[in-house]
Amino acid sequence: MKSHYDIAIIGAGPAGMAAATVASRQGADVLILDEQPEVGGQIYQAITRQPIKDKSILGNDYYDGQKLVDAFLASPVRHLKGATVWQVSEEREIGVSLNDSARILSAKQVIIATGAQERPFPVPGWTLPGVMMAGGAQVLLKSSGLAFSDAVFVGTGPLLFLIAYQYMKAGVPIRAILETSSSTNRLKALPHLPSALFSLGQLLKGRRWIKEIRASGVQFVTNVEDIKLLGTNQLSAVAYLHKGNWREIQTSNALLHQGVAPNINLAAASGCAHSWNNQQLCWVPQTDEWMATNIPGISIAGDGAGIGGAKAAQYRGRISAYRALYNIGKIKEAERNQLARPSQQALAKEMRIRPFLDILFRPSEQFQIPEDDQTLVCRCEEVTAGTVREAVALGCLGPNQLKSFTRCGMGPCQGRFCNLTVSQLIAKSRGVSVTELDALRLRPPVKPLLLSELANLSIPETEGA
Amino acid sequence: MHKIEMNVQPLVTIFYEDEPMQARQGDTVAAALLARDQMIFRVTPVTGAPRGPFCMMGVCFDCLVEIDGATNRQACMTPVVEGMRIKRQNGAGETGLDIDYDRNCQ
Amino acid sequence: MTTVYDAVVVGGGLVGSAIAFGLQRKGLSTLILDEGDVAFRATRGNFGLIWVQSKGIDFSPYANWTWKSAEAWKYLSELIMELTGIDVGFRRPGGAEICIDEMEFSAKHEKMNRLISHSPHIKFEMLDQKSMTDLLPGLGPDVAGGCYSPADGHANPLDLLRGLHQGFLALGGQIENGSPVREISPQNSSFRVKTNQACYQGGKLILAAGLGTQKLGTKIGMNIPVHADRGQILVTERLKPFLSIPLSKIRQTGEGSVQIGDSHEDAGMDVNTSAQVLNKIAARAVRIFPHLGKARIVRAWGALRIMTPDGYPIYQQSEQYPGAFAVVCHSGVTLTAAHALHVPEDIAEGKLSQTLDPLGANRFSEALANA
Repeated sequence: MKSHYDIAIIGAGPAGMAAATVASRQGADVLILDEQPEVGGQIYQAITRQPIKDKSILGNDYYDGQKLVDAFLASPVRHLKGATVWQVSEEREIGVSLNDSARILSAKQVIIATGAQERPFPVPGWTLPGVMMAGGAQVLLKSSGLAFSDAVFVGTGPLLFLIAYQYMKAGVPIRAILETSSSTNRLKALPHLPSALFSLGQLLKGRRWIKEIRASGVQFVTNVEDIKLLGTNQLSAVAYLHKGNWREIQTSNALLHQGVAPNINLAAASGCAHSWNNQQLCWVPQTDEWMATNIPGISIAGDGAGIGGAKAAQYRGRISAYRALYNIGKIKEAERNQLARPSQQALAKEMRIRPFLDILFRPSEQFQIPEDDQTLVCRCEEVTAGTVREAVALGCLGPNQLKSFTRCGMGPCQGRFCNLTVSQLIAKSRGVSVTELDALRLRPPVKPLLLSELANLSIPETEGA
Repeated sequence: MHKIEMNVQPLVTIFYEDEPMQARQGDTVAAALLARDQMIFRVTPVTGAPRGPFCMMGVCFDCLVEIDGATNRQACMTPVVEGMRIKRQNGAGETGLDIDYDRNCQ
Repeated sequence: MTTVYDAVVVGGGLVGSAIAFGLQRKGLSTLILDEGDVAFRATRGNFGLIWVQSKGIDFSPYANWTWKSAEAWKYLSELIMELTGIDVGFRRPGGAEICIDEMEFSAKHEKMNRLISHSPHIKFEMLDQKSMTDLLPGLGPDVAGGCYSPADGHANPLDLLRGLHQGFLALGGQIENGSPVREISPQNSSFRVKTNQACYQGGKLILAAGLGTQKLGTKIGMNIPVHADRGQILVTERLKPFLSIPLSKIRQTGEGSVQIGDSHEDAGMDVNTSAQVLNKIAARAVRIFPHLGKARIVRAWGALRIMTPDGYPIYQQSEQYPGAFAVVCHSGVTLTAAHALHVPEDIAEGKLSQTLDPLGANRFSEALANA
């Protein structure tokens, strides 16, 4: 296969597919890479297979993705499936692993569309088998038609309610839903409601899910103050604190969720600058209105640029594609502006609901920063919140030093499930804001690869960056 | 696990801990194991704690299993293939070196 | 308000921490001023070797200094354990350097002969592939063999740094983190040191700031030439233990992960990695241990070695201000014992010992003068 392309897109979710479709139709030589065997990313996972018979379970938003997929499949794009990208250098050299064999490819322009991941949910017992992220349960549902019977749903955020709704439509019994966001959020979110009303449809839909779920008789508890997941070798019960009283629900499955955050590892390792967003409590890349980053030739589209949902991802994908096309001289500036305008306007509209949702579903501090010292914050290296606090007391200033003190962040997930917790924990322990810490330095390889792959790495002759 | 009605999917035979089992083509190893209520996939190298699949999207690295002799493979990112041999991941990885690990401990 | 100490050590890495530890242990009130979280911290990139067999091949002062430190290492590790309960992972099973082909083998053999011509107490054995395999199970067939020396060993550099810090604190030492030094002004018989936050005074001043030592040295009339030499390292996932003897470029840590190096590059202060170099490092490692090809690489980084013009450390006492000292080296772990146990004796007495004269910074200006 070729080793050099006009535009390389990493991630075949809505942003990646939209970008690839637009770019290839304007005559660019486009390569799209994705770890999965089929397109769709997280939100449209398994859409080309559609294993579930009853379409009413997943809902229209899911099947709406079909149009995007059809347009993509009809475009002249080179699609590398099952391909894991472990690096994108500043010179846009892309390290890819495919079938245990690695090579370096390159492109004139790179669009990183690796999307979002679920936020960590560090509560006691969250590493017990039987405890999963609710988004993970949705993957199982979409992709394999499997669901957990009698699970307890814990957390907050639109995705939690969507999955509960889908379970309900599928006739899967839900043991209980324990909502952990603070009721004061509603008051705080109110000033942003007028903007959110531009997406009235979305708001009403969300309300309908919750209404129908409650009407179905599922135990629904709001303003849960604390959670403990209990069990020895696997989950056996969920304990929750509500109105000053601890209660327990026997179950072998808990599904956790408190929002999604951009998956920053690849972009950050490529040198793209990120800032801490205190409203959303996560890092967001610094991009301009063309999705460009501080690294020439690299842009970020989709939820990886900031949480916005599937439609916003498509608009961002298109905008970044038009920019890339202009950069390589396929279209002129005026054409670029004209083609991108509808997407830019649509994107602005689509994002109006975000401030409202961000505040309404903002995860509470006790579920971001565990008070119980015994709670694990680094799942891979099994480091507790107490160990991190001790390290700060010994002079540890930030997450990079923390690695040396405790090995926290040195495991295979490379900070994906601990960085958000640990940064907030260190900042709180030091009495400073997260922005004052030196952010965790992320470097390639952003996904593991075999030593033999590196040893046999196929590197093309430099064609001049 | 609750199974939703599906469009017909061809089946493959895979092995878990040397026992044969049926799995649906298109499923990942993680889904195939969860379908038969297997929640524990490994024990950790740090403390020997039991772990199972968590994020189902390849970012948590908790669903690690041994597949066809290769250790520490993400079950949620690996589609099932006819004849695949899957085993629990027992702590740290191995590279197929034929030595007595206990005797070689530092 | 200025806080007064008997000694102020600039730099809280392996070198600074070891010296500060030793000084505090000798009863000098000592302060460590450390830059912070993302300082170009060579310690973090350190391989962890206590390596004797390749040091000072043609320079006996360095060979002997290294030997002395290696011999004192056991005592240091026990001392740290006693003070802090921290196990720094010290093991001295000997070490091996693998020679890929006959050319490397003869070159290494020749080097070792030159070493023992002035330092016969350093033992070694040249082993062919078969004999080396008895020592290193899993050794590949496509290597010529290598050199084994019982003098070598390894430790965990991060646990060592933590042990030194905590030992230092337990002995009553003070550490200021996040405090890069802005100004140094020599007074009558002491030194004024200013950071952004505060002012300190030290009867003695020790500059042990790695790559930052050159700039700081100029403030007190010292010329300490150092430059960055980048080495790239690969780290695998945790593996079941198979390698109890460290190799010069491959070492299995206590947690089971395998570290694989290395390279020597002039890359300025760039700590990035490059696929081309990592490919070479990986290819050599897989030739040495073919089975290791099945291990997953989970981390890679570039670390900056503190390199002097001839590669040997610098121990320099300021001629203008005799209470000031500068110490830089790239063998942070190997020399830690000497830095914690021997150098502080000299500093406390106010004069570096004669054995360190050949390792002074003046050797560079002398060399220039003689050129």
